[in-house]
Amino acid sequence: MSDQPKISELPIIDAYTHSNDILAKVQQQSADRRMEDYLIVDVDSHIGDAEAWPEVLKFIENDATREAAAFFGGGTGRGAFINNQPGLQMQHVGGRIPHGAALQEKIDDKSVPRVVTLARRAMDSMGLSYQVFFPSALLFLGMHPVREMEVELALAYNRWIVEHVLPHEPRMKAMLYLPFNTPEAAEAMVKRFIGAKGVCGFLVTSTRYAPVHANEYMRVYSMLEEAGMPIGFHAHHNWNNEYTKQLNRFLSMHAISFVLSNLVHMTNWVINGLPERFPKLKVMWIESGLAWVPFLMQRLDHEYLMRVSEAPLLKRLPSEYMQEMFYTVQPMEATNMKLLEGTFEAIKADTQLLYASDWPHWDFDVPSRIYDLPFLNEQSKRNILGGNAAKVFNLEIPERYKSKY
Amino acid sequence: MGEVLVASQAALAEEGRKVVSVDGVEIGIFLVGTEIVAWLNHCPHQGGPVCQGRLMKAVEERLDDDKKSLGIHYKEGSLNIVCPWHGFEFDVRTGKYAGASSLKLKSVPVSIRDGGVYVRV
Ligand code: FES
Repeated sequence: MSDQPKISELPIIDAYTHSNDILAKVQQQSADRRMEDYLIVDVDSHIGDAEAWPEVLKFIENDATREAAAFFGGGTGRGAFINNQPGLQMQHVGGRIPHGAALQEKIDDKSVPRVVTLARRAMDSMGLSYQVFFPSALLFLGMHPVREMEVELALAYNRWIVEHVLPHEPRMKAMLYLPFNTPEAAEAMVKRFIGAKGVCGFLVTSTRYAPVHANEYMRVYSMLEEAGMPIGFHAHHNWNNEYTKQLNRFLSMHAISFVLSNLVHMTNWVINGLPERFPKLKVMWIESGLAWVPFLMQRLDHEYLMRVSEAPLLKRLPSEYMQEMFYTVQPMEATNMKLLEGTFEAIKADTQLLYASDWPHWDFDVPSRIYDLPFLNEQSKRNILGGNAAKVFNLEIPERYKSKY
Repeated sequence: MGEVLVASQAALAEEGRKVVSVDGVEIGIFLVGTEIVAWLNHCPHQGGPVCQGRLMKAVEERLDDDKKSLGIHYKEGSLNIVCPWHGFEFDVRTGKYAGASSLKLKSVPVSIRDGGVYVRV
């Protein structure tokens, strides 16, 4: 009988569940909200590169390192030379968030790398036109005790992305890792990969002790400025510094240290007048959430006004420079809507804020989070979910969205 | 829509939980001891599939008489349903968020009759 309800059983979600099943509700949310004509660009996502590490190792150019790497991980190469930090394996909250450990779903399609299939599944579920992804495996690399290892692994990783991953899927874009502890190598990386297909920017992993205003970096900034390529500072945790070592829970350390590194880098960036030196350079702050930005704006304005002699390159208030930079939304702190609304105003979210999921990490944000914000009008939602990213990264807007953007 | 038969009592008894979609309305039905409860499969956080997550005991931090911490341990007799998206935990019996928040799962009327599990949608 046609009026019989349609009943189906839903799976229990574990580490082996298909991404489309984990994210089925994202698709439903988009359908319920009629978001099909929204261009959505995810500016921060990750792929399962830890599993793909043996593939990455093949791109190490120094054969002594490459051959040595093959002996790690019981002869598989897994984890070779990677300097992970304490806490990295605690992201799944004691098994409570299965995908927080790794996506272990079965993939039969061998025609493309596994990471491409995983990315496609996420993009299809979330209705994404583009996904900019970041090297999860390299997020601690800036703390590697062997300086040249940062350079060798970064180069291998970047080659793996450009030669092995990106050619399969034009919706996937990458910001490439800069081996920032060796400024000449960072320059060489920009020179080598600028213009490579699918490369939409360059990235500094923020977990490192490297003052971003050091003179050695000026050439790399000017190269990126000239090329119109964004530079992103991607935060990560650091449970090894003297302050965060005092924190006894992952949640405490994660809450503080994802912000701490970017607080330091942003402060150096602004107070040393880098926005005046490179006024056209697009600077992006990634994965520190948003609440830190109005805090730092107020703090720096306050101190600057009393100590102007320490920041003579500045022609405006620190907060005014910060309003011209770009921010990714995730993980969006949203327990106080008034504060969040004030934050959006402070950072000029309409033009400066970019949607980011951080999928498949444990604190990912779905697109409906932006759509549902009560204080945004339709145009702002469109800008934040995709329009701003399309401009910053010079992404081609697919035909079906063009009339709205 | 009224009452809908969604599972057999035997299947629920065997598995302890059934998560079903009834014309797109998703419901998690749980057998906790002898009690049967049903919640909308919609997490108050970001709308995630809360009923499809892991069932785990709640935890508590134990203190001694001097209020020194004895660490975090499972809480006997407790059972939480954990949303697989970001880990929000709810007492599976009451639907209440496990920590300092008034968040709650939305309950769905459920009953057992003639060997069948019925929900009211
Ligand atoms: S949607 Fe359930 S924890 Fe976020």
